[in-house]
Amino acid sequence: MNVRLELETIAARAVGAVSRAAGRGGGTTLPGKLLWKLDPASVDALAARLTSGVVLISATNGKTTTTAMAAKILGGEHRLVWNRAGANLLSGLASALVSARSADLGLFEIDEGALPEAIWRTRPRVVSLGNLFRDQLDRYGELELVAERWRTAVERLPGWTTLVVNGDDPILAELAEGRKQVLRFGLDDPRHARPSLQHAADSKYCVRCGTPYEYAAAYVGHLGDYRCPACGHERPPLDIAAREIELVGLTGSRFRLDTPQGSTAVELALPGLYNVYNAVAAASLSLALDVSPTTIARGLADFSAAFGRFERIPAGTKTIVVLLIKNPAGANEVLRTLEVGVPPVLLIALNDAIADGQDVSWIWDVDFEPLLPHVGRVVATGDRAAELGLRLVYGGLSDDRLEVIPELEEALDRSLELVDAGTELVILPTYTAMLSLRGILTERKYVRPYWDGGT
Amino acid sequence: MTIRVGHLYPEYLNIYADRGNIAVLTRRAALRGHELVVESIGIGEQMRPGAHDLLYIGGGQDREQALIAPDLADKSSTIREAVAGGAALLAVCGGYQLLGRGYRGRDGSLMPGVGLFSHETVAGTTRMIGDVLLECELEPGTRRRLAGFENHAGRTLLDSGAEALGRVVHGFGNDGESGLEGCRVGRAIGTYLHGPLLPRNAWLADWLLAQALAHSRGDTAPTLEPLPDELEAEAFRVAAERARERGGRR
Repeated sequence: MNVRLELETIAARAVGAVSRAAGRGGGTTLPGKLLWKLDPASVDALAARLTSGVVLISATNGKTTTTAMAAKILGGEHRLVWNRAGANLLSGLASALVSARSADLGLFEIDEGALPEAIWRTRPRVVSLGNLFRDQLDRYGELELVAERWRTAVERLPGWTTLVVNGDDPILAELAEGRKQVLRFGLDDPRHARPSLQHAADSKYCVRCGTPYEYAAAYVGHLGDYRCPACGHERPPLDIAAREIELVGLTGSRFRLDTPQGSTAVELALPGLYNVYNAVAAASLSLALDVSPTTIARGLADFSAAFGRFERIPAGTKTIVVLLIKNPAGANEVLRTLEVGVPPVLLIALNDAIADGQDVSWIWDVDFEPLLPHVGRVVATGDRAAELGLRLVYGGLSDDRLEVIPELEEALDRSLELVDAGTELVILPTYTAMLSLRGILTERKYVRPYWDGGT
Repeated sequence: MTIRVGHLYPEYLNIYADRGNIAVLTRRAALRGHELVVESIGIGEQMRPGAHDLLYIGGGQDREQALIAPDLADKSSTIREAVAGGAALLAVCGGYQLLGRGYRGRDGSLMPGVGLFSHETVAGTTRMIGDVLLECELEPGTRRRLAGFENHAGRTLLDSGAEALGRVVHGFGNDGESGLEGCRVGRAIGTYLHGPLLPRNAWLADWLLAQALAHSRGDTAPTLEPLPDELEAEAFRVAAERARERGGRR
């Protein structure tokens, strides 16, 4: 028994309890920050105690949802420790480890930038890489930079680690090449392909020779069935695939999950093709832990939504639907799910704190255009409400259908006033706007605080 | 009137929502009864001399910039002649660097640029990221402010005698030291302020449109009738506030 570690852990737990008791936003990272400061190597030691090992999940988009789905699948067979509130830096991981007394399996979503260090410290049993999109260049730097760091981190993985990658993402497929322990997942249903690559598509050019890829099917951004006409670099054969996908508007989806261990039907209560990707990622990493397809399908069917990603919240006679937006690729997919049954009123909240991205230029890469002619009214709010308002006006929203109300609570009340009883208000917030919004909704007793375990 | 815009490599250089700048020019021209016709100029496509009143080049990630660099070298003299002939131009971020004399890597090698702007960009080890506020004097006696966001590793060093776009009020600017930002040659402007710059800085959009109209008519730049610009003013106010609070911090 490591006495120093024990003392540090006890101290960190106490800080977490005090922070929660004081009602200061859950204390999800505070104890970890302390432990992380005191002794970074404690993460290595605490992780090494997990007898079933550690799973790390990273991606630009969908890591919180994928992790929460995996927790639902794996929760029956393991005593889990996981960072459920999305605190995904090393300090958040430390916090989760501190609070886990009897866990056998660690399940952690990890920030793209923090992945190399997390790999180095936790020696994971499984690493799942979901996608790489252009995201908050002010924080992460260029896509190629993140890819390069991941490449180096993957090269240093122990031979016994299973690497789970999205084969539909050219950079990730290439990164997995040559490794023995690899599971490649993807989508296979050209009926859901986009007619063309989106404006915001990132990895349009062959990772090997720079020629533009040709897509037999592009599903989400640059994810799809690609082939380079010059050098022949193409999507690898998929080990795990979603086929015969049916999307049911804002309600959910159904698909057939094909795995080396057989096929199973999956029902998902989350909308959009991007959530099918998240589900297949969660399924794949579970397969890497020897979970059966039946258990996977059951876990996915039971899953509702991860923190703030897609929530339906009753608010008196009306319902609030919250869909997080944070970068062009993610926001485009959210908007795409709204195209079926456009909401009469949309509240969009744009903040520019560090967690949102201080550089708000990304909103210009979001394809608002197809939605705007059909939506009745849009309320723009948040710290950069005027900037957002301008984006919408240039996107074709007429002045009389736009209201700019920077103050969030005021904007929320105005939006609720605009929707009829019995109908839904759809809110698209950036990360810190989502946190503030949840604060307001908690105060009004519409939702429980997130550190109690969700809505 | 018709304003003919040549948009260089929109498929490659679009990292910071450059289409937003084009959208602003299009709308503000239309509100004054002018039509903006935007032609995309890609790799291997010829640029006809005198065919454009306004040229636009945006920024890309290193990889995309490397992909277009050889083609841009072929177009160098045509671009320089267009500006010498009175065409307006806006170059943003990577495009701004590419239009200088060249980009010097950490190993000392020089990747040659178009040579329109009298500057050289040197690779830096840290990125200069954040909100920026500039003061410009494009017309003698008229000072205007520009608010934007910068994100660049390159340090752009202006030759002595080269004219900057503006003086840095808050932020890093060309190199983080000189207090200067951007470059101007005649009706051509280059800047690190991206994402898109024009929506909240409507006066610069109008300045560019007026210069483009001047080229199109072979006349002096006209005065455009003012627009209400309430949202524009509010977006500028908040962006300028951000630059004051957090611009130029490493």
